[in-house]
Amino acid sequence: MSVRHALLALLAEQPRYGLQLRQEFEARTGEVWPLNVGQVYTTLQRLERDGLVESDDHEEGPQKTYRITADGSVELDVWLHTPDTGVAPPRDELVIKMLVALRMPDIDVAALLQSHRRQLVETMQWYTHMKADADHDLGLALLADSELFRLEAVVRWLDTVDSRVKQSATPLPLAARSVAQPTRRRQGARR
Amino acid sequence: MSELVLELDGVTKTYGEPPTEVHALRGVDLTVAAGELVAVMGPSGSGKSTLLTIAGSLEEATSGAVRVLGESLSGMSRNRRAALRRRSIGYVFQDFNLLAGLSALENVTLPLELDGTRAKAARSIGMAALETLGIADRSERFPDELSGGERQRVAIARAVVGERALLLADEPTGALDSVNGEAVMKLIRAACKRGLAGVIVTHDAQLAAWADRVVFVRDGSIVDQTSARLGPESLLATESRS
Repeated sequence: MSVRHALLALLAEQPRYGLQLRQEFEARTGEVWPLNVGQVYTTLQRLERDGLVESDDHEEGPQKTYRITADGSVELDVWLHTPDTGVAPPRDELVIKMLVALRMPDIDVAALLQSHRRQLVETMQWYTHMKADADHDLGLALLADSELFRLEAVVRWLDTVDSRVKQSATPLPLAARSVAQPTRRRQGARR
Repeated sequence: MSELVLELDGVTKTYGEPPTEVHALRGVDLTVAAGELVAVMGPSGSGKSTLLTIAGSLEEATSGAVRVLGESLSGMSRNRRAALRRRSIGYVFQDFNLLAGLSALENVTLPLELDGTRAKAARSIGMAALETLGIADRSERFPDELSGGERQRVAIARAVVGERALLLADEPTGALDSVNGEAVMKLIRAACKRGLAGVIVTHDAQLAAWADRVVFVRDGSIVDQTSARLGPESLLATESRS
């Protein structure tokens, strides 16, 4: 999982300082992904060095505000659309991508889901055709099967995300909703 | 370029009357060439089964054109359409749809005989189809004497027998386990390699992955399709994780 891209996504919404970034990150990943402040600041420094974020130079310390640059926005968009077809199980990173995307105002979530679905199915076609053409090779068939079941599980998860987002009036992850708007909700209940 | 066997051109299908009408298909364009296997993938209610029944002339489109082997279905007489269904189009359904009172071979030869092929000739064509599917030794058995996998092979033999040009399959591996399901898909793929045009509709990515091309249907429209790509190891070279 790429902490730097998650931080970029948070900064794409609005400028924030380090501690806020940590709190938001944990809230949106359902607090299953604790980050320490040191990690956040090291990552921010690297992002700044790479020209993906910028900060107010006159401020120092914990209140130093960071904002995303144009290059940072491009980097974020590329990451969101990059298929996870490498050797490592891709689902965790894909989960984070979807949680991030659901919070971004200008993202067509259905189109993003379909982009990943198509790329997964293309990889599945490749494995299936390889398996079909290497009929005699049991080892290869078993390897292909294992990849196919793994990829199928990811496609089915995307299908489920699709249905849930369609059914949900406010497409926000629960954790983010309860953390981000507790005050407003309580006021609403009193009215 | 190979011959286009199936062409859908701006096909829509609406059920019911306003204001409660349901738009099952909203302007679908799809062409399938001889020798090509296309999978139509989408969730329940996306319109994929409607697409298949319209392609097979089992249902009429509300608007748009459907051509099979270059001939428009809408301009065709009822008899001509029935003949096209018997001769040129084969169907495979999830629940096999074999006739219980007929043997495996008779199930395969029935459409040929209905179309005027003499019994003896139909028998040898039917046996050849069963042989291709590896179940010639089951030819005299009745459907309830066959396993699920064997029944589906008979259904495929019936669908590809004779001069068929278009094979349409709706969730063809049904309730089969993955190894038997794979055998069915291999046979469908092989039939297409011999020159049939094939369309399978499914919600199952493993099934769809057998196709040369996968088109994705959502809310009655085709929203995306796959293109051939390099294998995953070609991506490893550029793999970089921060």
